[in-house]
Amino acid sequence: MHEQLIQQLADGLLIGLVYSLVAIGLTLIWGVMNIVNFAHGDFLMLGMFASFWLFTLFGLDPIFSIPICFAGMFLMGMLIYRFVVRKVMKGPILAQVVVTFGVSIFISNLAVYFWTPDFRLLPPTILQGTWNIGGIDISIPKLAASLGSVVASACVLLFLKKTNTGKAILATEMDRDAALLMGINTDRINALSFGIGSALVGVAGAFLSTYYYIYPQVGGLFGLIAFCVVALGGFGSIEGAFIAGILVGLAQTLGGFFFNPSYKYAIVFSIYLITIWIKPKGLLGW
Amino acid sequence: MGIVVLLLLIAFPLFISQPIHIHVMILVFMFGMLGVAWNIIGGYAGLYSFGQVAFFGIGAYTSSVLSVNHGINPWLGLIAGGCAAAMVAAGIGYPCSNLRGHYFSIATIAFAEIVRIVFNNWKAVGAAEGLTLPMDNPSFSHFLFNSSKLPYYYIMLAFLLLALVVCYFVATSKMGYYFRAIKESHDVAEVLGVNVVLYRLIAVMISAFLCAMAGTFYAQYVLYIDPDSVMLLPFSVQIVLISMLGGAGSIMGPVLGAAILIPASEYTRMTLGARGTGIDMLIYGFLIMMISMYYPEGVWKLLSRIGAKKTRTSLHAEKTASAGVRP
Repeated sequence: MHEQLIQQLADGLLIGLVYSLVAIGLTLIWGVMNIVNFAHGDFLMLGMFASFWLFTLFGLDPIFSIPICFAGMFLMGMLIYRFVVRKVMKGPILAQVVVTFGVSIFISNLAVYFWTPDFRLLPPTILQGTWNIGGIDISIPKLAASLGSVVASACVLLFLKKTNTGKAILATEMDRDAALLMGINTDRINALSFGIGSALVGVAGAFLSTYYYIYPQVGGLFGLIAFCVVALGGFGSIEGAFIAGILVGLAQTLGGFFFNPSYKYAIVFSIYLITIWIKPKGLLGW
Repeated sequence: MGIVVLLLLIAFPLFISQPIHIHVMILVFMFGMLGVAWNIIGGYAGLYSFGQVAFFGIGAYTSSVLSVNHGINPWLGLIAGGCAAAMVAAGIGYPCSNLRGHYFSIATIAFAEIVRIVFNNWKAVGAAEGLTLPMDNPSFSHFLFNSSKLPYYYIMLAFLLLALVVCYFVATSKMGYYFRAIKESHDVAEVLGVNVVLYRLIAVMISAFLCAMAGTFYAQYVLYIDPDSVMLLPFSVQIVLISMLGGAGSIMGPVLGAAILIPASEYTRMTLGARGTGIDMLIYGFLIMMISMYYPEGVWKLLSRIGAKKTRTSLHAEKTASAGVRP
């Protein structure tokens, strides 16, 4: 019983850290632009497929395709901002919400069209096997994914807090008009944060591809969870998203353990609803 | 104008009787009704719900479970489903009454997902296998017809009219002004003495009731329901999109949106015949992007603006004409 519980805790922590990374990308976009990106999960799917094809076609291990996923998704995010999101920034709020749904449906069905709706799985890569620590099984790909997520999240935080560009992003997040008056090109900042947000989720996708099923609709579930994580942590708060990601991961595995595994996502969503009922702006929102 | 359109719709099956076209029209009415229901909370009260499909599903499930397991007449099930949905809406709406903007939208998605997962695992209502409704006693009193789609056509048209009447009363009553005040600013409405929590609840409950009615209709029409056909998120998105395309916040807007979008998507699917390759959904996603980028105000606004311009120019012409006549 105890061992099983600790096993669940470990699994929850491992998946939770990946949720954190996915959610940090989302919260960055939200915080800077006030836009909820419903296509975020589909960007994750693109990252997974990119890593899958790089391995299948060129034999490039997912570990090495991470920089490519980062760069590719960065570009993709910038393009989507430039040609789609930017056009609705001044429009009604409803259009801003709905447009990313359109992007989501478009991207996931483009994937269905090119790669069929089949489920795919990468063969064992460099990251394989499990560690057994005192009776607890830790899968190496999952461990790598969560460690990678921590590193990536730390890099983002450092970038935001220490570089001038990062500070400009934070300034825009705090007060767009004031940032504009200070000579910050907020349009460029928008594009940049959309790019970084997408790039982060691309990295998460590359990591996930080492142990998760890869299929065009995979983004739906991850996207929904990322929303709960972001809203739980407080929109726009990076630290909040990081903590909430871990909480959601734990809630998912522990909920499945104590109740019924088929209800695990229902439990996650319920916890989210209860939290915002008590604290409407999330844990660290302001 | 409205009466002419209504007469045309009543007479439509006399001229075009292929079941497929009747089917598309029924879908237009159904989505029109869902759009009108969404419009009450989204268009007037400014609460962008992406969870209306849950109420649609609750309506479909309530009447179906009642008739399959307990032999209760679907017409009673229709009312029961509506009441159940309205009660659930109140139950979820009350704790959410402080949520604004995107927070509200995401809460509705989370809620709809919870409902779907629960129904997917709930053995008594068929879980993931769904429910098949029996085909006995086809008659109006049993809300069941097997020889023709026509009765469904007229029933759905009547439902749509009912929803429009409800929406009209909501929009033109004092309540409608309260809703719009809440839409403009939650805080200002509250300060001005509008009971925001109460009126948000009323809006959500009316909308849920109407969605559930459409759900019962769907169950009686298709005679098979499962969580994936009546409770999926894209369905909710489609409801929102229809309202937005037509024009959120106008009474007829959502119906217009349904009349444009549903035939477009149904006929592309039929001609491309490509379920599974994703082409129809690809076009659909592209359409959503285009609509939100270029027509976010909706077609109804566009039409009424053109109409307004025309009347203004004709008035102007009359004025100049009469001025010219005067000696």
